[in-house]
Amino acid sequence: MPVPPPPTRPVPPPPTPRAFPEAARDAVRDTTLRANLRHATHTIRDKRARAVAELEDWQRLREAGKRIKDHTLRHLDRYLEQLEAAATAAGATVHWAADADEANRIVTGLVKATGEREVVKVKSMATQEIGLNEALAAEGIHAYETDLAELIVQLGDDRPSHILVPAIHRNRAEIRAIFRERMGRWGRPAPDDLTDEPADLAEAARLHLREKFLRAKVAISGANFMVAETGTLVVLESEGNGRMCLTLPETLISVVGIEKTVPTWRDLEVFLQTLPRSSTAERMNPYTSMWTGTSDDDGPRTFHLVLLDNGRTDALADDIGRQALRCIRCSACLNVCPVYERAGGHAYGSVYPGPIGAILTPQLRGTTSEIDASLPYASSLCGACYDVCPVAIDIPEVLVHLRERVADQGGRGHRAEKAVMRAASWVMDHPAALAAGERAAARTRALHPGRPPGAGAWTESRDLPPLPAQPFRDWWKKNRT
Amino acid sequence: MRVALFVTCVNDAVYPATGIATVKLLERLGVEVHFPPGQTCCGQPMFNTGYRHETEPLVRRMARVFAGYDHIVTPSGSCAAMIRDNYPRIARKAAAEGGDPELTEAAQALAPRTYELTEFLVDVLGVIDVGAFFPHTVTYHPSCHGARLLGLGDRPRRLLAAVKGLELRELPGAEECCGFGGTFALKNPDVSAAMGTDKVRNALATGAEVLCGADNSCLMHIGGILHRQDAPTRALHLAEILLSTEAEPHV
Repeated sequence: MPVPPPPTRPVPPPPTPRAFPEAARDAVRDTTLRANLRHATHTIRDKRARAVAELEDWQRLREAGKRIKDHTLRHLDRYLEQLEAAATAAGATVHWAADADEANRIVTGLVKATGEREVVKVKSMATQEIGLNEALAAEGIHAYETDLAELIVQLGDDRPSHILVPAIHRNRAEIRAIFRERMGRWGRPAPDDLTDEPADLAEAARLHLREKFLRAKVAISGANFMVAETGTLVVLESEGNGRMCLTLPETLISVVGIEKTVPTWRDLEVFLQTLPRSSTAERMNPYTSMWTGTSDDDGPRTFHLVLLDNGRTDALADDIGRQALRCIRCSACLNVCPVYERAGGHAYGSVYPGPIGAILTPQLRGTTSEIDASLPYASSLCGACYDVCPVAIDIPEVLVHLRERVADQGGRGHRAEKAVMRAASWVMDHPAALAAGERAAARTRALHPGRPPGAGAWTESRDLPPLPAQPFRDWWKKNRT
Repeated sequence: MRVALFVTCVNDAVYPATGIATVKLLERLGVEVHFPPGQTCCGQPMFNTGYRHETEPLVRRMARVFAGYDHIVTPSGSCAAMIRDNYPRIARKAAAEGGDPELTEAAQALAPRTYELTEFLVDVLGVIDVGAFFPHTVTYHPSCHGARLLGLGDRPRRLLAAVKGLELRELPGAEECCGFGGTFALKNPDVSAAMGTDKVRNALATGAEVLCGADNSCLMHIGGILHRQDAPTRALHLAEILLSTEAEPHV
């Protein structure tokens, strides 16, 4: 087996976060990105609608998923203790991490204790959330992503831009270029005659990754679900890379958000139907792996479970915001969101993009930074996300709830905005003042320019309607009283 | 039947023709329409931007102004949804913060009596053919709040399909948001304009002379782009199409 040279490129620093409107402006003008996103989201959106329409009891499954999650979240303390006891009894070692730093410290320590310098990873939102790869790199440990899309992102020094399809912003030609240019630096190079046919690209990735699977002694995963009654972890995936990571290495470390708990195996019955249909538009995903502790006969000999809080108990304390913790990371809301489709995932400045990111990220990270404060406003409140959500998270409700939080804390723009809203509210509570204002505007309407100064954002691509000669209330007074 | 018209602030100040059309249409159908002059705005712009406390006086005002009417009808899906969906929420939050029974009562009294115009026509009056004549090609944009929050379904399309002379053309991607979203259009102007431009492209692809909707806020946004592009299609509120007759055609 050819042994590749150790990777020499430094992990790129995280890009400077910018508030959503600024980040989205560039994305909107990137015609390749918009075409890639439009094609991908519309394709999967239509497929999902067909897959969901096959089930007559979809709305009941949706309601059941919502209730199971709500019940679990309400009694999360109890179920987590049950989970810990069951997992420990089955041979797992359970660790509790209050935040990203603690989780990274735990995982890095566990890997170092094995003496290994490389780990394979199955795609995990939780480890992206805490920046685990960067933390491992800082200790000289290299983490290889084994999901095809994650591989594309990692080779390209890029960031994921979608929960389920992290390289959704790339097209085939771009992926071929990344493989040709970068694969050789990390291991087995791409063949010289690599085309941009999906089957060829997949084969190049398969050969490149196989080396890593066969060599790795340590694997890191997340989990889609944790079953409290038996301490069982569940991963759903499509490529088989997850199955490889979960079975081949000697040591397995799973980093999982505490909200991923479900009470019983029976509860999985609901989610194993709703998650694949909502995410990949499949009746069933190709690989469902479940593991409980360790076994002497098969799989990893050592299993560590790191239970991650990182802002989740804060979200849990918010009676409206907590519904975001029901999320099963299917990404249906991204694929149907008109804002995501134009802005792309990077504009959200978080590993959780799209509508769910706009409500989850500000709850996990707070709303003090400019980008986190801009996220609740990154929506037209059209409600398409709520319609498709398989656990019925009322995303528009949480968005408005978080806007209130942002508006209350003041900060850039919001003090002036509050004054405007107060003034508007006062006028609207005084009909005579409103009518006088309308009449004054109507009288002077010949003087109003079609593109008034100060309305730049509006009138860059739209005209304002001309004001009428008289408001409705004056017509009524003249004609009906 | 005492029916009160809630004309909405946008219609009052910018699109009075929609309010006038609603009044005349309802009167033609035998309804006695009242316009309580104390009405102003449902508070949607403030509430959706995060200013719930600034919205509360308007909830109280709306409840006071419309007390005593069996039905409140408004030619705006988003304002109807504000009253039906968000007033009870505002009341619940106020109650959780120490209690405002007056607000809860106000919200509960108003929400179930409020109808968007097409709901009122189809569900309460039970009419589909309102006797209109409009010899033009028309495509219909179902605004998000009407379609998703109120569940208007095919009511607007059925009303339009019954209009004599009118040829209804399906709008590609009809259910996609036009990108207005109230202050969203100001806070995220680039994404908003990109969404609106795509909506306009789809509308133009139908070749329809008129893009029709049941919410003037969205029509202001879509119409503004159509106007900027000197497009052959114009935006028009559904009420104005339904008012048009052979004897008195809409200009």
